[in-house]
Amino acid sequence: MTLVGQAAPLIDWEWIGRNMDQIVERTWEHLGLTAVSVLLGLVISVGLAIIALRWRWTYAPITWVTGLLYTIPSLALFALLVPIVGLNATNAVIALTSYTLLIIIRNLVAGIDGVPASVTEAADGMGYTPQARFWRMEVPLALPAIIAGLRIATVTTVGLVTVTAVLGLGGYGFFILRGLNTFFWTQILVGVVLSVVLATLLDVGFVWLERVLSPWARGRQ
Amino acid sequence: MTFWEELEAFLTAPDTWSGPDSIPTRLWEHVWISVVAVLVASILVLPLAVWLGHIRRGSGVASTVVNIGRALPSFGILAISFLVLVQMGAGVGEPWAVLVALIALAAPPLFTNTVTGIQSVEAWTVEAARGMGLTGKEVLSSVEIPLSTPLIVEGLRIATVQVIATATLGALVAWGGLGRYIVDGFARQDMGRLIVGAVLVGLLAIVAELGLGALQRGSAPKGARRGDVGNPAQRSTV
Amino acid sequence: MIRLENLRKVFSGSTRPAVTDLTMDIARGECVTLIGPSGCGKTTTLKMINRIIEPTSGQITVDGRNAMAIPVHELRRSIGYVIQQIGLFPHRTIAQNIGTVPSLLGWDDTRIADRVEELVETVGLDHEMLGRYPSELSGGQQQRVGVARALAADPPVLLMDEPFGAVDPIVRNRLQAEFHELQDSLGKTVVFVTHDVDEAIFLGNRMAILEMGGILAQYDAPEKILAEPASMFVERFLGGERGLKRLSLLAVIDAGLERGPFVDVTAGPEEARRVMEANAVDWLGLLDGDRLLGWVDGSRVGSSQLRDLEPRSFLVTLDSRDSLRTALDAVVTSHARVAVVVDDGIYRGMLDLEAIAGEVTE
Repeated sequence: MTLVGQAAPLIDWEWIGRNMDQIVERTWEHLGLTAVSVLLGLVISVGLAIIALRWRWTYAPITWVTGLLYTIPSLALFALLVPIVGLNATNAVIALTSYTLLIIIRNLVAGIDGVPASVTEAADGMGYTPQARFWRMEVPLALPAIIAGLRIATVTTVGLVTVTAVLGLGGYGFFILRGLNTFFWTQILVGVVLSVVLATLLDVGFVWLERVLSPWARGRQ
Repeated sequence: MTFWEELEAFLTAPDTWSGPDSIPTRLWEHVWISVVAVLVASILVLPLAVWLGHIRRGSGVASTVVNIGRALPSFGILAISFLVLVQMGAGVGEPWAVLVALIALAAPPLFTNTVTGIQSVEAWTVEAARGMGLTGKEVLSSVEIPLSTPLIVEGLRIATVQVIATATLGALVAWGGLGRYIVDGFARQDMGRLIVGAVLVGLLAIVAELGLGALQRGSAPKGARRGDVGNPAQRSTV
Repeated sequence: MIRLENLRKVFSGSTRPAVTDLTMDIARGECVTLIGPSGCGKTTTLKMINRIIEPTSGQITVDGRNAMAIPVHELRRSIGYVIQQIGLFPHRTIAQNIGTVPSLLGWDDTRIADRVEELVETVGLDHEMLGRYPSELSGGQQQRVGVARALAADPPVLLMDEPFGAVDPIVRNRLQAEFHELQDSLGKTVVFVTHDVDEAIFLGNRMAILEMGGILAQYDAPEKILAEPASMFVERFLGGERGLKRLSLLAVIDAGLERGPFVDVTAGPEEARRVMEANAVDWLGLLDGDRLLGWVDGSRVGSSQLRDLEPRSFLVTLDSRDSLRTALDAVVTSHARVAVVVDDGIYRGMLDLEAIAGEVTE
C-alpha cells in the first residue's frame, strides 16, 4: 500500500486545476460552518456573560461547565451528539459552537472588568443611567478584549472544522480525509495549506476590525 | 437494532474485553502514546525554555509559537506527519506518525508556559537573590524554578489534554487508540461502539484535565499560591 | 445652595459610621474645601452629594431641591464632577469628552460644538487637541479636560475630589492658580476635597476640617481657623507653621507699607543724607516721580547730582497682590533685609521683617 504513495508526485497541479469547483465549494462550507458557529457562540456567550456580570456567583459554574465542554475532544463530542441530533451539520454546529463559549465568555467578562473604575465613576457622576453606561462606556471599552476573544475562537474553529470530515462535512478537512484514505498527497496538502491560509486571513481580518472599531486604543500597548 | 441493543451487543462481545481491539488494549495504546509524547516533548523543549526564561529572552518567540500552533489544525499536522513518515518508509498502522505529530503538538504549550513562567518571577526577587550571592544556577534552582512551577505544570496539563484529544484522531491515519472505536463506529454505523469510545475518550481527557489541574494547584510553594490557575482556554481544543 | 442635614453613612459590614450626623451649609458661589486625615469621611461626604454613595440617613438639599427625591441621573447631570483619576473616556475624543453632559441633556450639535470651543478657551487648552484621544495628552492637560467636562453644561455646583492630586507639584501649583482665577470669574458653588492643607487654605473661602467618622471639627474661613483653631485636633492637624500658612492668605498690600529711604532723583545731597539718617541705613533708593530707578550705596552720595549716579536694581521686588508668605521669603533673601513693592514699575512702598512679624502675631 505504501508504494502507491511513494509513486505519486507530492503536488499534482493538474488535479488542483481540475477540481477548482470542488475547492471553492469546500471553501464556502468551511467558512459557513465557522461563521455560523462563532456567531452562535457570540450570541450565547453574550447572554451568559450578562448573567455572570449581573450575578457574580454564576461566573464560576459557567466557566466550569464551558471549560468541561472545551476539554472533550471534538471527535468524541461529534460522536456523543449522534444519538441526539444525528449525523449532520446541526451536529457539527452544536459541537463547534460549544467550543467557542469558554473563550468568548472569558474575554467578555475580563474586558468589562478591565474598564477602569475611574471611567465608570466619572460616567456615573455625569449622570449616565446604568444601561447607558454599560452600552456606551463599558462595551466600547471592552471591544479590544472582545475582538481578541472572537479572534481566538475563530482561528480555533477553522482548525476544528477539518475534523467534521468524519460527519461527511469538513470543509477543507474533506480533502485531508480523502487524501489519507487514497494516499493522495496533493489532496492532504491542499486541505492543510488552505485551512491555515483561511485561519490566517480571518486572523488578519480581526486585527483590522479591531483597529477600525477602536481607533482610540491605537499605539497604546 | 435500537441504540440500547447496539450498546449491549458491543459491551457483551468477547472482543470488547480481550484481544487487540479490546477496551484495555485501546486504552493502554491511548495512554502510553500520550505519556511518551509529553515526556519526549518535555525532554526536547524544557532545557531550552528554562534557559531562555533565565536570560529573560524568548517571550516574542513564545507568543509566535502560540499563534502558529493555533492556526495549524491538529488534524492537518497529523496528516502531514503521516505523509512524511510514510514517504520516509514507515509502515501504515505503525504508531510513529502519530507519535511525531503528538510531540510537535505538545511542544508549544510546554515551551511557552515555561518561558513566560520563569520570566514572570519578579525581577527584584531575582535581583535580591543575586545580591545575596547566589550563582546563576542557584538562582534558577532555588528561586526561579520553584516560583514558576505552577505555570510549568500548567503547560504540562495543557499539553497532555491536547495530546489525548489529538491521539483520538490517530484512528484517521490508520492507528489505534480509543479513537478507533469512534472512527469504526461511524464507518460501521455501530452506535454502541461509537458512544463507548466517545465516553471513554471524554473521560480520559477530563481526568487528565482535573488531575493535572489539582497537581498544578498543589505545586505552588506555600506563600506563593495564586487564586485562578485553571484556564483550559489557554490551550487550543482538538 | 447646598445643605447637608444630619447626614450619616454606615457602610455595610462596618459598625462605626464613616460619616456621623454631619450638618453643613454651603452658600451660593462659595468654594468650600473638605479636609482631614485619610479615612475621615471627606470623600464619602462629597460622594453623597451626587449620590455616588447613598446616605444611610439624613437630608441633602441642592439648590432648594431635595437631592434624595429627584432621579439620580437627573441630579448628577446638574452637578459638575471632577475626580483625581480624571476618568476621561478613553474611546472618545477630547471634544466628545467635554460635550458628554450637554449631549446627555439633548443639546443640538452646533450648540455643543460652540460650548466646547468656549470651554477650551476657559481652561487654557489648545484647539487642535479637540480631535485627539485622552491617551495622547499629558496628565496636566487631561485634568484641564476633566475640569472643562465638569463645567460643560454650566452646572451651578461643582464637586471636586482631589482633582490635582495625581499631577506633579509644578503642574499642580499652576492648575491651582488657574482654578482660583476661574472660580473668581465663574462663581460656582464648589465642594473641594483635598488632603493638602496649603491647597485647602489657598482655594477655600471656607474650610471644613473633619475628624475620623466624618465629624465636623471646625468650619470657617481659613484665616479664622489658622488664627483660632477650635480644638487640639485642629491645631495638630494644621501642624506647625500655622503662622506661615496664615501669611499665605494675606496680600502684601494688607500689611503696612513704609515709604523707606527713597528720594526723587531731583533731590539734593543734603536731603539724601537726611533720609538715610532718619531710616538708619547706609543705602538710598532712587525714584523718578513714581517710578522706581534702583538703589545706590550710601558712600557714593556726595557732592555730585543723584541723577549722575548709576543706580543698581533691587534683586527682589514684589507685586502688591503677592502673598505675605512670598514677601517673607523675599525679605530673608534680600541684601537689605527688605522687600520693595512695585506694581508695573510704580513704587508702592517697602516691607521689612518686623512688619511681616506684626501680621503673624496679630
